[in-house]
Parts: sequence; structure tokens; C-alpha cells
Amino acid sequence: MSEMLNTLEQTALSDYKYGWVTQIEADEAPPGLSEDIVRFISAKKKEPEWMLEWRLKAFRQWQKMEVPRWPNVTYPDVDFQSIKYYSAPKQKKTINSLDEVDPELRATFEKLGISLDEQKRLSGVAVDAVIDSVSIATTFKEQLAEQGIIFCSMSEAIQEHPELIRKWLGSVVPATDNFYAALNSAVFSDGSFCYIPKGVKCPMELSTYFRINAAGTGQFERTLIVAEEGSYVSYLEGCTAPMRDENQLHAAVVEIVALDHAEVKYSTVQNWYPGDKEGKGGIFNFVTKRGICAGIHSKISWTQVETGSAVTWKYPSVILKGDYSVGEFYSVAVTNNHQQADTGTKMMHIGKNTRSRIVSKGISAGVSQNSYRGLVQVAKNAANARNFSQCDSLLLGDQCGAHTFPYIEVKNNTAQVEHEATTSKIGEDQIFYCNQRGLDTETAVALIINGFAKEVMNQLPMEFAVEAQKLLAISLEGSVG
Amino acid sequence: MLSIKNLQARIEEKEILKGINLDIKPGEVHAIMGPNGSGKSTLASVLAGRSSYEVTGGEVEFMGKDLLELSPEDRAREGLFLAFQYPIEIPGVSTTNFIKTAVNETRKYRGEEPLDAVQFLKIMKEKMKLVEIDQTLLSRSLNEGFSGGEKKRNEIFQMAMLEPHLSILDETDSGLDIDALRIVAEGVNKLRDGKRSFLVITHYQRLLDYIVPDFVHVLYKGKIVRSGTKELALELEEKGYDFIKEELGERVDA
Ligand SMILES: Nc1ncnc2c1ncn2[C@@H]1O[C@H](COP(=O)(O)OP(=O)(O)O)[C@@H](O)[C@H]1O
Ligand SMILES: [Mg+2]
Repeated sequence: MSEMLNTLEQTALSDYKYGWVTQIEADEAPPGLSEDIVRFISAKKKEPEWMLEWRLKAFRQWQKMEVPRWPNVTYPDVDFQSIKYYSAPKQKKTINSLDEVDPELRATFEKLGISLDEQKRLSGVAVDAVIDSVSIATTFKEQLAEQGIIFCSMSEAIQEHPELIRKWLGSVVPATDNFYAALNSAVFSDGSFCYIPKGVKCPMELSTYFRINAAGTGQFERTLIVAEEGSYVSYLEGCTAPMRDENQLHAAVVEIVALDHAEVKYSTVQNWYPGDKEGKGGIFNFVTKRGICAGIHSKISWTQVETGSAVTWKYPSVILKGDYSVGEFYSVAVTNNHQQADTGTKMMHIGKNTRSRIVSKGISAGVSQNSYRGLVQVAKNAANARNFSQCDSLLLGDQCGAHTFPYIEVKNNTAQVEHEATTSKIGEDQIFYCNQRGLDTETAVALIINGFAKEVMNQLPMEFAVEAQKLLAISLEGSVG
Repeated sequence: MLSIKNLQARIEEKEILKGINLDIKPGEVHAIMGPNGSGKSTLASVLAGRSSYEVTGGEVEFMGKDLLELSPEDRAREGLFLAFQYPIEIPGVSTTNFIKTAVNETRKYRGEEPLDAVQFLKIMKEKMKLVEIDQTLLSRSLNEGFSGGEKKRNEIFQMAMLEPHLSILDETDSGLDIDALRIVAEGVNKLRDGKRSFLVITHYQRLLDYIVPDFVHVLYKGKIVRSGTKELALELEEKGYDFIKEELGERVDA
């Protein structure tokens, strides 16, 4: 904790510390979206015909779809024709090993605190680094392969493991699931693919770092995780972007499949650029994340720490199809200044004896708006379903908003669904008490919010918990006192 | 150590402190007594720098510095400690963690190295014995679900950990049973080393049997109306506050 507080002080004036731009030559598509662009992307990636067809189908459907208006957020309409849908950092040639990664790029990731250097990584985390639209490097690949684990970029998976991709891609989030998922399906440029074979417990954390670098581009990554029977994996994604005056669109799709007795833990530390204090710029973060507990006794757990983005719209969900399956959602969402977040989860109980747990902690400051939106669904045949939801909001100041929209649809009368909600404010008396013990106000606020969010932070893999704590504190700097 | 001259303060337009004068020298224990609402907690809060109180006049010198110029956290780091009448709760923050942060923030201010986990635990163990506080209590969220007595004991524990020059105890005795009272007093007495000073605010003379004060002051309607030695506390106990009111020429209803 004290280490965290020291860092806090150092960064007290830094605001968004990931806001720099790397000068890297990029290979880009012209702005705009059409079938030609979809073909361009697919061709750039030398994709097989079936993949192109899949994209085109999604694109044609997308053209008929409407932008969703129901989230509790307001923002100017995105001009989809002004965005560049493909930007890849120019590598001098194809690379065979990590040593050949462009030094500029390498430096970018070092700056982000992500070392691509396998020898130097003490924490034992395998990393897939995605800059703008393209995966740059994946570490620890060989070691993982020894156990049959596949961890690579989506582009590579399409080339190397077409049978798996054809089987599972779009199986949880269909290409035409919703407006942004359809857009993603048409133009996604990369992302991570992770496959854990039967009975294998992945020996290290797998993680993907996403970085938007180029101006005027959108980022559309696609992640797919398949956990075969009896396997286990813990996966983490992190993301940052430069500070730019215009809004940038990020529309990702994440799909998780857990078969019998498999467990997947998916953690996100989302720190896209939130825009400046007046609300100028920032990332529009419209993401579809869904997992299916397809097998019996399977488990999917989403943990998210959301501090960035100008507008966030995201509901990591679990379809509890297998009997005795378990879905969890742990979330901390911080909004400051003009940020808006509408986030939550869906737990769809279909199998018998399924359980779900939702813990949502919203922290609002400035003139921000923070909404929890959750749906707990119990299908007709889902006997003995259990859900517990806890939604707590913490307000800093009196100009921000916290909203809770819990929806419950129960069609089986053996279900037990519990919902608890609280709203509190950081009190002047709490701050004064901390001050009286020698803590300045920033430190006090950091301490109080980390306490508030503790139940969720405890779910994060150790390696990332400290980073996430710092992030919480930094995102709320200057919002009290 | 502390020198208060003609201190006046108000909250929300209401004058509460109407010219307080008080001198506390190193090693001294002063008690402040007075009926409810006389301004005792206000005095403590103003000295600690609570921003909702506005100082409208007077001066306060602490350890050679102009106390009123310092932020509340710097007052604490300079060695002014307030044991709160009503300690607040911080959910999710362990008491140990909170105190470690407090200790290290103070050390940093003084240009000292932060204590690492091992050093900190060692000191903590010693002080825990001093105030007979339990490890399990310290691993729980700060004051959350603590009984009244546990909260007060935790205040004294923090005082012991921070080793302040001046400790202000705001009705630390109220709500304590006789055993807890003895432990709290013991904690204070062990810190008395001829250099540290104490300002003990209390309602009852009971506490002063355990923490024997050098001086006793009576605060009434925002002013110190009488000062004396510990005999004054006994006199108050015997006669109640009415005799003060009578002396001040106020009508006393039976
Ligand atoms: N926040 C506040 N707003 C208005 N009046 C207050 C506030 N706090 C204290 N007071 C008033 O100030 C006076 C002194 O209070 P306090 O210092 O708490 O007295 P004591 O500690 O001696 O019982 C009382 O009349 C009380 O009602
Ligand atoms: Mg009082």
C-alpha cells in the first residue's frame, strides 16, 4: 500500500500518463467503410476465402442495423466513414523472433511497463502485444506449446488453426449479434486466440496488451478463448491510448467457451484515454464480451477495472448452459470529469443448479455519469438457479451521477435471486480523520476508494492488482478537496 | 509546546469559541472539563485543523510553528494527535494498513525512511501489548463494526504507534467500562515521558483518577472560566457544574 501511495505522489501531476504517441510508420487503409475495405483488410491479412465470406456477411448485416440508443450515455454520432479501419505498424520485414521487433515498438511497450523480453520477465506472464490493429509479439509461445496450449494472435490462428477458428469463432457472439459486434466481425484486424486442451491447467497468466497509436483509426480486436474439458486459464487484458482531441472508436468482441469442468478467469484493466477535463477527446469503448459455460460444472469469471474511455458501453455476460455451471462478474467502474459509463452484466441461467454472482462497484466523480445495468435471467428449465447481486455506488462530490438498472426475469419458481444496492459518499469526516493521521487528501481518497473496491480488486491476479490500485487513484486525482 | 492566545472560532455563523487562552508545556497533562455543548470538541477540531470550523481570531503556536497556518495533515505530522470522540469507519481498509500508511507518511515528512513490513510489525506487536488490543481487530476494516470501546482503544493504539508530541483525547473515556478505562489510561501513562504533553477532554473526573492532570480547566460557553489543579476536578464532581454557573452570576434552575 505505501508503495502504491508513493507512486501516487509521483504521478500526482501527470494526469493521463500513457498519452504519448510513438512515431512509427504505419501501413494504413484510407478512411471509410465499404465492401472494398473489408476485402482490403482480409487481403492484407492473406486470409482464406471462408474468412472473407464471414466478414462480408457480417458487413452486409451491419449495414441494415441501427446504432443502439438505449444505454444511459450521450455522445455525438460516430461518423463511420471518417474512420480508418486498418493501421498496422510497418515492420521492415516479417519477424522470426522477438529480437527482430522494431526497437521503436519495443520501446513503446517498455514505456507501458510491458517487457517483451522473455528472459527479463520475472512474473511469468505470457504477453500478446497488439498495437493499433496488429499483434506485434507473443511471448512464451514455445513453453506453452509444449503443453498443447495455443496462445497467438487471431491472424495467426486463422492461418494456423483454421479448424478451431471455424468451429468456435462467432459461436458465442454471432457475427450479427448487435451493431458493434457486427462491425467488429466485418473489420476486426487482430486480437488474441487462446486454446487450452483437455485437462491442462495453464501454468501462467496469459495477457494481451492493446494499444491504439495511430490517429483517426478505430481499433477492432477480437479475442477468443476456448477451454476444453477440465482445463483452466487466467487471462488478462490491458489497454491504453494516446491523448488526442478527437474521439476514437474501440469496438471489440471477446468470446469465451468453457466445456465440462473447465474454468476461465478473464480480467480487464481498461485504461483507454478518457478525454481531457472538459470532455474533449477520449475513446468510445463499445465492447461485446460474452462467455458460455457450455459444459457441466464449468465456470467463467469476469473481473474488470474500468477507469478509462470517454464513453463505455459494455456488459460481459455468461450463458450458464451446463448444469452446475457458475458465472461471476466483478466490476469496478470509475468515472471522472465528463466520462460516462454504462456497464454491467448478463447472467443467463439455462442449465440446472447454476449459480451466478455479481459484484459491481461504481465510483463517480466530477460531472460524470456511472450506470450499472444488469440482467439476471432464469429460464423455464433452470431449476435451482441462484443469483446474488451486490451493486454499490460511491460518489465524490455532488455533480456526478450513479444509476442502477437491475433487470430480473425469472421463469422458474425454484430460483433464488437476491439483489442488494447501496449508495454512499466519501465523507468530509472520513477525509479529516485521515488528514489527522498524516495522510494528505489525495492519499486519503485513494485509500478509501481502494477499500471500497477491495472485493473486486482481490479477484485480480496479483501481478496486476498493484497496477490497478494505482490506476484507481490516478483516475480520481483532484476530484476531492 | 502549545500556546493558545485568544482563540475564537465559529461554525456556520455560530460563534463557539469566544477567546480561549491556554499554555501547555512539554510533559504537562491538562484536563478540560465542561458541560455538553460548551465547545470542547470544537476546540479539539480547531486545533487539528478541521475545515468546517472557521477561526475568526487569535493565535496558536505549536512546537515553535504557527499552527493555524499548517494543513491538517502537516499538524498531524508535526506531532499533534487527536483521539476522536466519534472515530469514523473506513470499509475495506484494514486497520493495520491504515496505521502503516499513517506512520510512513509521518516518517516521510520528517525525512525518515519508511518502515518495512517487518519493522512495522515488530513495533506494532509492542504497542499492541501496551493497549491490550487484539491482532484480529487490527486486521479488520478500520473501525467497521467495532464496539464503542474497541474504537476508543484503537484510537489510543494509533496514538501509541504515532508517538505524538501532543495528544488531545476527546472524551476517550465516555462509553468505556472500568477495565477499558484502565487500559486506555495505562496507554497514556506509558507514553508520559516528561516531554510529551496531553490535553484530556472529559466529562467526568473518573478518568482523572487514572490520568492525573497537572492542570484542570473548565470550559463553559466557549471560554475557560476557571483553571486549577486536580482538586478543581474533584470540586466539580462534588458540586456539579452549577456552582460554576452560580459563580458566573447565572440563574440556576433546580
Ligand atoms: N456542525 C455544527 N453545526 C452547528 N453547530 C455545531 C456544530 N458542531 C457543534 N455545534 C455546536 O457547537 C457547540 C459546541 O459543540 P461541541 O464543541 O461539540 O461541544 P462539547 O464537545 O463541549 O460537548 C454546541 O452548541 C453544538 O451544538
Ligand atoms: Mg464533545
